[in-house]
Amino acid sequence: MLKFILRRLFFEALPTLFVIATLTFFMVRLAPGGPFSREKQVSAEVQRRLDAYYGLDKPLVVQYGRYLANVARGDLGPSFKHATESVNSLIARAFPVSLELGLWALLFAIVTGIGAGIVASLRPNTWTDAGPMTLAMAGICLPSFVLGPLLLLLFGLTLGWVNVAGWNTAGDRILPAITLGAGYAAYLARLTRAGMRDILSQDFIRTARAKGLSPTRVILVHALKGGLLPSVSFLGPAVAGLITGTFVVESIFQIPGLGQIIVNAAFNRDYFLILGAVVFIGFVMIVMNLLVDVAQALMNPRLRLGE
Amino acid sequence: MNTAVRLSSLILICLVAVSCGRQGGSSASADKPFVPKPEKNDNVLRLGNGDEPQALDPHLVAGVMEQNILMSLLEGLTIEDPKTLQPLPGAAERWEISPDETVYTFHLRENGKWSNGDPVTAEDFRFSFERLLSPNLAAEYAYMLHIIKNAKAFNEGRIKNFDEVGVKVKGERTLEITLEAPTAYFLAVQSHFCFFPVHKATILKYGRIDQRDTDWTKPGNFVGNGAFQLVDWKVNEVIRVRPNPHYWDAATVKLSGIEFYPVKQAETEERMFRGGQLDCTSTLPLPKLDTYKKEYPHLLRSDPYLATGYYLFNVTKKPFDDVRVRRAFALTVNRQLICDRILKGGQMPAFFLTPPDTAGFTSRAALTGSLHEARKLLAEAGYPGGQGFPDVELLYNTSENHRIIAEAIQQMWHRDLGVRVSLVNQEWKAYMDTRRKLGFGLCRAGWTADYNDPMTFLDLFVTDGGNNNTGWSSPAYDQAIAEARRTSGSTRLEAFQKAEAILAAELPILTLYHYRTVDLVHPRVQGWYPNQLDHHPYKFVSLKAD
Repeated sequence: MLKFILRRLFFEALPTLFVIATLTFFMVRLAPGGPFSREKQVSAEVQRRLDAYYGLDKPLVVQYGRYLANVARGDLGPSFKHATESVNSLIARAFPVSLELGLWALLFAIVTGIGAGIVASLRPNTWTDAGPMTLAMAGICLPSFVLGPLLLLLFGLTLGWVNVAGWNTAGDRILPAITLGAGYAAYLARLTRAGMRDILSQDFIRTARAKGLSPTRVILVHALKGGLLPSVSFLGPAVAGLITGTFVVESIFQIPGLGQIIVNAAFNRDYFLILGAVVFIGFVMIVMNLLVDVAQALMNPRLRLGE
Repeated sequence: MNTAVRLSSLILICLVAVSCGRQGGSSASADKPFVPKPEKNDNVLRLGNGDEPQALDPHLVAGVMEQNILMSLLEGLTIEDPKTLQPLPGAAERWEISPDETVYTFHLRENGKWSNGDPVTAEDFRFSFERLLSPNLAAEYAYMLHIIKNAKAFNEGRIKNFDEVGVKVKGERTLEITLEAPTAYFLAVQSHFCFFPVHKATILKYGRIDQRDTDWTKPGNFVGNGAFQLVDWKVNEVIRVRPNPHYWDAATVKLSGIEFYPVKQAETEERMFRGGQLDCTSTLPLPKLDTYKKEYPHLLRSDPYLATGYYLFNVTKKPFDDVRVRRAFALTVNRQLICDRILKGGQMPAFFLTPPDTAGFTSRAALTGSLHEARKLLAEAGYPGGQGFPDVELLYNTSENHRIIAEAIQQMWHRDLGVRVSLVNQEWKAYMDTRRKLGFGLCRAGWTADYNDPMTFLDLFVTDGGNNNTGWSSPAYDQAIAEARRTSGSTRLEAFQKAEAILAAELPILTLYHYRTVDLVHPRVQGWYPNQLDHHPYKFVSLKAD
């Protein structure tokens, strides 16, 4: 297993990150406008000095080489928009917020999604199946920019139970987590139901039942492990997406996370911040996918090819 | 299955409908007008500030939201009267002006202190001006100081010694500033952030005089001379300030603190206001305007604002190289309709560039003419009824409001002149790039005053001006602006009149409307007076207790 992980890290993760960094570096430079093109035009002299200050006056290839050398040292460079901040400090401050929001959303998605999926799979084509599945369909169809304001209208403004925006109290976590997690919960519910239906019809379940095991034990011990496989492969990239920030939910609830940073960086042509965020998110994605592969190998003996 | 699905969908729809319905009901049925209940009663003013500031270093920033924060933390030689914007004594308690209006001698107040207790000295101001003008700092707003003698030459590296610049320390608390020419707005502009002082010892503690990325503005490090001091700065979350006990006029300060929230989404900001999390917003989403006008007029504020929206003509290319075509286009736009039906916030149709009553100046020249004249001009230019009119593009930066206005005007030109104009929208940086390269036929633009004077608008269109962006050039116009720069009083105002007359005759731009601020202010906020720059010196602001 260790060999498998190391091989993935060195022969797949590093080259992937290198390609991501390179592509992003040259693509952001192709976009029209630059970090200092504002409505109030600066004089050519000021522009020249700004470029010199940030090394933007050097040939692109030299800048690229310098950037890679800095990244290798763990320095993602300065931010242009936030004149006194470094990309490292901005990501270091925003990522924990996105991570926390993502984990709450994940918890919500897993508890409600997998729970609903199991319930729905037990008695197909009855009320306990149609109810959760209808909600799941609604969850998939309802985008977060509709669900978020609706929840706010009801629980924030009309009932006054929670704050309308911000990221200070424990209550501030509830609505963003539900808004962000709802779509994932819905997918999980449908995937779990399908996975469970598939497993519950197999011979080893019939055997378990025939042995006289209790229905709870059959479902939780025998069926669930296999029934969750489709959900687990969905969860890998989903977790990465959840914890690396989401612009829409962060904007609706005014949460200082990574999603706002990366979208605004793109609009501001904040070259190093875009690059830093993309490389960082790429890294998180790779790690999450690796974890999923490991988890799947542990759960499904048929996948342990190398051993 | 089908019935079950249908029933549960129905329940879901009902739930949504109930949640929406209750919101509307609660506002309409109330006896007293709706007023958001403040989340906390801690005498702290909470402001929506539009976006995260670029920095808190007055020499590195270039925007309105930075001005809003910095005017709480730092104080220039003068401050603004909260109602009239007239200069009042600030860090300087008095000043003398030489008879030729080029030498200003400021006397700093004896009890002027930085937030660490150090006295505010003339040397601090000299150091600050030197810092802003240092070529290596590459400050975008350094040009504002070019009115000071030799400042431009120093800023551009042609003079190395700052002693040659017209800023002299004449005593610990006496500062003498010599200008290139009489400048009527020199006292007023002292309340702009680029003239704010920085604490010399603090700057040098964290870096060189011309270093951009130092830590001096971090909470704990920041030393200011304003009515408030920095407590907390969480990027993309909040900036908190509380009263500065060393401030010379601390007795006037009534607030226990201010919090600035960088809320980019206008919808989020409006919800935060309704939920009692904000006392003032920086804007209001256009679709909400009608509701607020009808149901909550006591929360809505709309005041004249020194800014004008206009379209730029590219005069270097056909068909807008012909002034008759430009005039035909300008005459066809029904500005009143745009103000009344689209903007709806009391904006004023603009028939000249400088907003009326900018520091007492209102243009006499204005665009006048009829639709009949417009059609005739277009025919004379070779396009009778729009026939043979080349393809032109109207460029605007992505924004719902700009799009609606552009579509309305596109329709007016099509209906009344028979010409087709296609609309192109680009996101901000791409738009700026295309605009600077004159890659358009027509282009949306707008200008907000940096200071309360016609010069901030009229010097835009001098030959090769950085924000001219039309390709237009007029020696007579340049001369009028140059004259306004070296004269004062009524001669100067006449020079501005000349400039406006040339703009109205040659029309390198199509003026659309003069702005108003449209935002929400909680009734408990006192001392928040309407003024043309939307500046609200916080030491005069207070909160009424419930």
